[in-house]
Amino acid sequence: MAGLAATFGSGAMTNPIKDVLKAEAILVTGTNTTENHPVFANYIKEAVLKKGAKLVVVDPRRIDLVGLSCVWLRPRPGTDVAWINGLMHIIINENLHDRKYIEERTTGFDDYRNCIEKYTPEYVSKITGIPREDLFEAARIYGQASPASILYAMGITQHTNGTDNVKSLGNLAMLCGNVGVEGGGVNPLRGQNNVQGACDLGALPNVLTGYQQVGDDSVRRKFSKAWGVDGLPDKPGLTLTEMFSAAESGGVKAMYIMGENPMLSDPDLNHIEHCIESLEFLVVQDIFFTETAQKADVVLPGVCFAEKDGTFTNSERKIQRVRKAVNSPGDAKEDRWIISELAEKMGYSMQYADSREIMDEIRQVTPSYAGVTYDRIEKHEIAWPCLSEDHPGTPVLHVNKFTRGRGLFFAIDYKTSAEAPDKQYPFILTTGRVLQHFHTGTMTRQGSGLNRLYPELLAEINRDDAAELGLKDGDFVNIGSRRGSIRVKALLTDRTDRGVIFVPFHFHEAAVNLLTNCALDPVAKIPEYKVCAVKVERAS
Amino acid sequence: MSNVTLTIDGIEITVSKDKTILEAAKTAGVRIPTLCFHERMNPIGSCRMCVVEVEGFTQPMAACDTRVQDGISVTTNSGQLFRIRQDSLKLILVNHPLDCPVCDKGGECTLQDLVFEFGIDKVEYHAPKQDRLSEYATSLIRYWPDRCIMCLRCVTACREIKAIGAIDIRGDGYGSQVVSVHPDKCESCGECLMVCPTGALTENLSRYKGRPWISERVMTTCTYCGCGCQLELNVLNNSVIGVTTRDDAGVNRGSLCVKGRFGYEFIGSDERLTKPLIRKNGKFQEAGWDEALALVAGQLSKIKKESGPDAIAALSSARCTNEENYLFQKFIRAVIGTNNVDHCARL
Ligand code: SF4
Ligand code: SF4
Repeated sequence: MAGLAATFGSGAMTNPIKDVLKAEAILVTGTNTTENHPVFANYIKEAVLKKGAKLVVVDPRRIDLVGLSCVWLRPRPGTDVAWINGLMHIIINENLHDRKYIEERTTGFDDYRNCIEKYTPEYVSKITGIPREDLFEAARIYGQASPASILYAMGITQHTNGTDNVKSLGNLAMLCGNVGVEGGGVNPLRGQNNVQGACDLGALPNVLTGYQQVGDDSVRRKFSKAWGVDGLPDKPGLTLTEMFSAAESGGVKAMYIMGENPMLSDPDLNHIEHCIESLEFLVVQDIFFTETAQKADVVLPGVCFAEKDGTFTNSERKIQRVRKAVNSPGDAKEDRWIISELAEKMGYSMQYADSREIMDEIRQVTPSYAGVTYDRIEKHEIAWPCLSEDHPGTPVLHVNKFTRGRGLFFAIDYKTSAEAPDKQYPFILTTGRVLQHFHTGTMTRQGSGLNRLYPELLAEINRDDAAELGLKDGDFVNIGSRRGSIRVKALLTDRTDRGVIFVPFHFHEAAVNLLTNCALDPVAKIPEYKVCAVKVERAS
Repeated sequence: MSNVTLTIDGIEITVSKDKTILEAAKTAGVRIPTLCFHERMNPIGSCRMCVVEVEGFTQPMAACDTRVQDGISVTTNSGQLFRIRQDSLKLILVNHPLDCPVCDKGGECTLQDLVFEFGIDKVEYHAPKQDRLSEYATSLIRYWPDRCIMCLRCVTACREIKAIGAIDIRGDGYGSQVVSVHPDKCESCGECLMVCPTGALTENLSRYKGRPWISERVMTTCTYCGCGCQLELNVLNNSVIGVTTRDDAGVNRGSLCVKGRFGYEFIGSDERLTKPLIRKNGKFQEAGWDEALALVAGQLSKIKKESGPDAIAALSSARCTNEENYLFQKFIRAVIGTNNVDHCARL
C-alpha cells in the first residue's frame, strides 16, 4: 500500500464498501471480486443491476464480473502501467479531466502530463494487446462518470512494479476528481481478515501504531514513556522477504512466527525452506501443525477467532468486535497470554486483564484509534481515523484535503516484468485464490464442507493452448519454472488467456510457490506472484 | 422526488411518491404481515399475505407491489383481509408437512409464526399428494420439497443479489419445485438458504446437530477475507454447529460467502494443536507451558546477548486481532529491542 500512501498520504481504502452503490462507474482491476471478496461483489452487482452503474473490468482472466461489464480490457499480465497511462492519455485529450480539482487539490500535474503524452492508444494497444476501441470506451466511461470508483487487489500489487501500478491508479482517480468524494475513491481490497489491523497496529518494520515512523524522535519518546523502556530502536527493521534472506546469510539467527505459514505462502519455497533451516532457533505459534511449524524448534498452540475476544479492522477501516464463542482445545492459550508470559519471563511486565484494556492502551498511543472504545463500536460502526471519543470516525478519506496536503501526481513509465516468457519457458504463470479456500488452506481444508466443493488443485489452462499441447480436461501436467516444478491436474477453460496459466496457492501437495519468483517490488517489497515464466508439459 | 400524503389505518403520513404502501406503512409504524417480501429484493408478490384495502377499490391489493398515491386511505386490517390471509396460509399448508418438531427451522420459522398468529389449527383443503423429488441440492445445502411453499425468495435472491440465477422453479401447481438449472454456477454461498422463510432449505453440515433455541448465538466478525462480515456462531456444548446472520448487522446485511457460512469446521478439528511441542533430538515432544516458554525466553535472550537484538526477527499475523498484533510488536520492540517485525500484508 506504499503507492497510495505516497500519492494521498494514507494507504487504505478511501471509501466504504457500500459507497459503490453511489458510483456512476466502477473500474475493477486485479481483483477477482466474486471469488475473493464475495460480499463486496454483491455490492458491485447491486450497483450495476439496480443502480445502473457502468462497470469496466480490466483483468487478464475472464472473471465472473466480466459478464456484468460494459467493457472488458484484457491486458497482457504485467502491463498495467501502460493501460492506465493509456486511459489517462485519452481522458486528457478528450478534455474529460477535472481541471478545477487538479488545480485546487493536487500537485505534480505538469511533469505527469508530459510523461503521459507518449501513451497514445496505438502505442498502448501494442504493449498491452488491448484493442484501441476498447481503450477509448473504458476511458470515456470512467472519464464521463461522476463519481467513479476504482477497486483493486493483489492482481495490481503483486508485481515488481506494483507500487507504480497503484500510483498510476491514484493518478487516474485524481485526474477525474474522484478522491475524497462519496462513491469515488481508490479502494484496495484486503485479502485477509485483519491485514488492515495488523498494519494499523504496527506489525510493520518501519512504523509503530497508526503509521507513526520509527525514525521520528518524538514518536519514539512517546512510546518509550508509555511502555516504560529506555529508548526504542530507530532504524527500520527487515521486511518479511528480507528476513528470510538475512536468515540465509546468518544475519538473522532466530525467528518468532505467529499465525503465519511462509512455508506455503511465500515465493520460491525451496529458497524459503533453505532460509528457515539456516536459523538457529525458530518458534512458531499457530492453531495447526502447519508446514512452517514442522520446521520449528518450539511450537506454541494459540487459539482461533472463535475462542477469543478482541477486534479486527476490515478493508474499509472499520473496527469490529471479535467475540469468544467456545473454549480453546486442550492446553491451547490465547495469543495475548502467550506473548505476555514470554515478556514476563524475559523480565518485562506486560499484564492485561482483558482485550479491552489493551485497546485502551492502543488508544493512548495511536491518534487514529484514539476514539475507538469497545462501548462505542458495540453501538455504531466506526472507521478510523477517529481522533477522540466524540469524533464520529472517517468513512471517506481525503474529503476537502488529502492526508498529505495536496494529492501528488507521479510521472510513471511502463517497465517490463522481472521475468518475461521466452523460448524455454513460454508461458506466464499467475497465482491466486479460489472461492472455496483461503490462503494456505490451513483453515479451509479442515473438515468436509469446503473440500466437498473444491477437493483438489486445478491449473487453469486456455483451451487452445491445451489443444496444442495435446491436453484433455483432467490430464496431469508438469509445470516448471527456473526454480522448481509441480505436477497438477489441468482444467481447460477460457477464463485464462492464451499463454497464461493460473494456479491457486492453497495446496501443500503441489505448492505453486515452488515456482514463483521472489523478485520484489523495490518499494513495497511485494513478491512478483502474478508473473513468472514457466513451461508446461503433459505428465505421464 | 415529490411527496404524497396518505392515511394508513387512520394515520396520516407523507412519503416520497416512489414508495410502496408497505414501505409507507413501515414508516407510519403499522405492521403488515409478509411472507415472501424481503427488503433486499424487488417485490415478489407470491404469498398474498400483505393484502390491504384501498378506499374506492373493491379488490384488495398487495401492499408490497402497489405504489402510494396522494390522498388514498389504506386499511391494513379487517375481517375480509384476515380471511384472505388465513386462506392463503391454509393453501400453503395443504402441502406443507407439519414436521416442525424435526425441522431445522422450527422455532424461527416465519410460516410457523404466521400460522400461529392467524390461529390456524386445521386445514379443510385437500390436494392429491404429489411426490416431489428432492432435486435441488448442492453438497452443502439440502432441499426439502415438501416444506417448500413456493414463495420464490431463494430464486429471486440468487438472481437479484448474487446475479447468478443457478436455481429456478420447474413443474406445475402442487408438483412444482425449486431445481438447480445451472449447477455449475452455484457458489454454495447460502444466500438462498438464508432467505428461505421455512425449513425447505437447510444446511447440510449441521443438520440435526442442534435446534435453534438450544444453541447460543455469538455475534462476531468473519475470519476469512477483508470484507469483515458480521456473523453469529451457533454454539452447542462448546462446539460451533453452524453460522447464521442478521439482516441488520454489518456490511454484509445478512449475506455471507461459502467460506464464512460453511468454513467453520476447522474450529473443532481434531488436528488442532493442543499442547506446546519441543523438538528434542529431531523429534517433537509434548511439553508444559512453563518448560516451552522458559526455553523460548532463554534462547531469545541468549541470541540477543550474543548477536544483538537485530539477529532476531518476527512475523505477526493478519489473522490475529488488533490487540494481539499490538502486543506482539510491543514485545518485539520493547523487550527484544528490534524493528524486525512484519506480517504477510504483502502476500
Ligand atoms: S447457494 Fe448461492 S449460488 Fe447457489 S443457488 Fe443458493 S443463492 Fe444461488
Ligand atoms: S463471509 Fe466471505 S465475504 Fe464475508 S468476510 Fe467472510 S470470507 Fe469475506
